[in-house]
Amino acid sequence: MLLRHTPKEIKERKVLAINPAKTCQPIGAMYAALGIHGCLPHSHGSQGCCAYHRSTLTRHYREPIMAATSSFTEGASVFGGQANLLQALLTMFTTYDPDIVAVHTTCLSETIGDDVNQIVKKAYKDGTIPKGKHVIHTSTPSYVGSHVTGFSNMVKSMAVQLAEKTGRANGKLNIVPGFVEPSDMVEIKRIAGMLGIDSILFPDTSGVLNGPLTGKFHMYPKGGVSIKALKSIGDSRGSIGLGEWASADAVRALDAQFKVPCQVQDLPIGLLATDRFVDALRIAAGVSVPDAVTQERGQLLDVISDMQPHLYGKKVAIAGDPDQVIALTEFLVTIGMKPVHIVTGTPGKAFIKRIKEITARFGDDINVKCPGDLFLLHQWIKNEPVDLLICNTYGKYIARDEDIPFVRHGFPILDRIGHSYIPTVGYKGGLHLLEKILGVLMDRTDRDAPEERFELVE
Amino acid sequence: MRKVAIYGKGGIGKSTTTQNTVAGLVEAGKKIMIVGCDPKSDSTRLMLNGLAQKTVLDTLREEGEDVELEDVRKEGYGGVLCTESGGPEPGVGCAGRGIITSINLLEQLGAYDEAQNLDYVFYDVLGDVVCGGFAMPIREGKAQEIYIVVSGEMMAMYAANNICKGIVKFAQSGGVRLGGLICNSRQVDNEEEMILQLAKRLGTQMIHFVPRHNMVQQAEINRKTVIDFAPDHPQADEYRALARKVDENEMFVIPTPLEIEELEALLIKYGIAA
Repeated sequence: MLLRHTPKEIKERKVLAINPAKTCQPIGAMYAALGIHGCLPHSHGSQGCCAYHRSTLTRHYREPIMAATSSFTEGASVFGGQANLLQALLTMFTTYDPDIVAVHTTCLSETIGDDVNQIVKKAYKDGTIPKGKHVIHTSTPSYVGSHVTGFSNMVKSMAVQLAEKTGRANGKLNIVPGFVEPSDMVEIKRIAGMLGIDSILFPDTSGVLNGPLTGKFHMYPKGGVSIKALKSIGDSRGSIGLGEWASADAVRALDAQFKVPCQVQDLPIGLLATDRFVDALRIAAGVSVPDAVTQERGQLLDVISDMQPHLYGKKVAIAGDPDQVIALTEFLVTIGMKPVHIVTGTPGKAFIKRIKEITARFGDDINVKCPGDLFLLHQWIKNEPVDLLICNTYGKYIARDEDIPFVRHGFPILDRIGHSYIPTVGYKGGLHLLEKILGVLMDRTDRDAPEERFELVE
Repeated sequence: MRKVAIYGKGGIGKSTTTQNTVAGLVEAGKKIMIVGCDPKSDSTRLMLNGLAQKTVLDTLREEGEDVELEDVRKEGYGGVLCTESGGPEPGVGCAGRGIITSINLLEQLGAYDEAQNLDYVFYDVLGDVVCGGFAMPIREGKAQEIYIVVSGEMMAMYAANNICKGIVKFAQSGGVRLGGLICNSRQVDNEEEMILQLAKRLGTQMIHFVPRHNMVQQAEINRKTVIDFAPDHPQADEYRALARKVDENEMFVIPTPLEIEELEALLIKYGIAA
C-alpha cells in the first residue's frame, strides 16, 4: 500500500499537484529532435536538465540518447548563456559532426531571457556553424505546458526553420504523427503507403529509438526524417497533423507561412479515429480504400464484436497526454466500455469539451480534469471503483493499491517493453490494444474465479 | 506598422515623453498601441486619465490562461490602445521574465495582427536594459526602432551610452536600429550642445530638444498629456514637433557606444567646463 495515505475524500486543490500526469517541456523537444536524421539535440541550460531528459528517454526507449548541453554555471546565469552556446556549437560540430543541432531552452535560460534566435544567427554569421550544417532552435520553458508542448514547439520550429518554398510542387503529403512511439510512426507510414501516398513524416523516430542490436554503436542511427525531406515540406500538397496538442501548431504554421493546406486529425488510435485518418488519406490520394486496409479494419471489428461479453459496460480510468487520451476514450466508448475517470496533465481548454462530447451518452457521470494529476485520479477511483486502469508506468502504484487490471500506455513506460516495437495506432494497433486490454481483464477473471467457475473456454 | 521602443535612465521622463509624443501622433491621425513594460505600470496613465487598468500579468495570474485581448487592453485618449505588462512587487520574483511572458501573450492574442490596423506600437521600457527580459521589446520581430530619452546630466548620458551597447548586440543579428536621442531638458548648462555632441559621437541624431516647462507637471497632475490638457500651450507644440520628427524620421543607425573616458571628456568639454 504505497499510496495508503491517499484519502477518499476529495478536497479542492488550487496550487498543489501530487503525482503530476506530465513532465518537462524539453523532454518532448528532445524526443522530436531525435526524429531528424543526423540530429544532435542540445539543451541550453544547466547539465542537470539534460541528464534528466536523457535518462528518462533512455529508460522509456532502452536506447542510448545522445544530447548535448550548454552546461550553465553561476556565471552563465548572470552573464547570459551566449558564450556557452557558441562554444558548445563549435565543440559539437568539430567533435561529433552532426548534420543538424536542435537547440531547446530550459527554465533557467528562459528566465534570464537568453535570445537563442539571436545567438544562433550570430553563430551562422561568425562561421561557427560549418557550411551545409544546420541549427534549429525552440523555446521550451517547463513552467508552461508540458512535455507535449515542448514536442509541439520543436516540431513547429523544425517545420518553419527548415522548410523552403521553391514553388515546384513535390507531390508529397506531410504527416506529423504527434508524440507517439517509433512503432506508431512506422505504422502510420505503412498505412499511408497502402493507400499509395508518398508522404513526408516528421519527426520520425523509427529506426532511431527502436533500432536493432547490431553490435556496433552509431552516434546517429539510420532512421529519422532527412533534412532534404524537411526542406521540401513547403512544396508539399498538404499536411495532416495528428493530434491537436502535439501536431497542430506545426501544420498550421506551414499553412500560414508556405500556404500548404493543413488539416488536424485525432491520433488514429481505435476504430473511428483510424477510419477518419484513412478517409483523409483516401481523399488526398484520390483512390478507393484498398482491400488490404478494409480487411485489417474488418479483423478489428470482428474481435470487438466477438469479445463484447468481456468489454461491455466495464468501467475504465485513464490518464495520459491529451491527444492519446481523447483517441483512447473514443475507442473505449466504441467497444462498449465506460471511461469514467479521465485526467491529463497537459493544459488546454478544448480537452474537457472533447471528452464530454465523446462520453455524451453517459450523461454527466464522467469525471474529467485538465490539468489534473494522478492523486485526483486515485481519489476518484476510491469513490467509484473501475475495472481497468490505462496510464503510463506511474499508474502501477494505483493499480497495485486498488488491485485493478492495468494496461500501460503513453509516456513514460519504464518497466515494460514492447511500446517502441508494437504500434497502437491504426487498425493493427487497435487489435494490439484490444489484446492487451482483454488480456488483463481475462487474467483477472481467471484469478478470481472460484474453482467451479474456472473456465477453459471464454 | 512601425514598432518603436523608448528606453532611458529611470526617472528621465520616458513615460511622460512617450505619451505626449503619442498624443501628437494621434492628432496627426495615427492608430497607436502602447505596451507598458514597467512593473510600476504607469506607462499609460496619461492616456487613461489615471484609470489604472489591470495588467497582463495580474490578469494571467488571476484568470489563468483564459485571457482575452479585451481583458488586458483598454482604449484611451484618441483611441490609443493601452496595455500594461505589470510585474511582481518590488523585491520579489523576476520582472524581466514578466515582460517576456506578457509580450508573448500579447502576440498570441493577436494584439499585433494586421487586422488591428495599427500605425505604431510603442514599448515604454523600464530604466536601463538591465537583463534579458528588458531587451525583449527589441528582439527580432518586435521593435525595429529605438529612441533614447536623455538629459544633460552625467548619469542620464551614461545610461544612454549603456543602452546603446545593448542595441549594438541586437542590431548585429536582428533589424533593430537607433532612431535618435530625445533630449528631455533638465536645464543643465549648455545641454543642447552637449546632447548634440553625444548624438554625433554615437553616430545618431538628437531628434528633438524638449524644453523644460512646468506645464508638463501640471498636465501630469491632471492625469493628462499636455496636448490633451493645454492644446494651445507652446509646450504642446514641442511634443507635436517631436511627433512629426519621429513620423518623418529616416535616420536609423547601429550606434557606436563611447568608452567611459570619452564620455567624461565630452562632459568636461561641452558641459560644466564650457
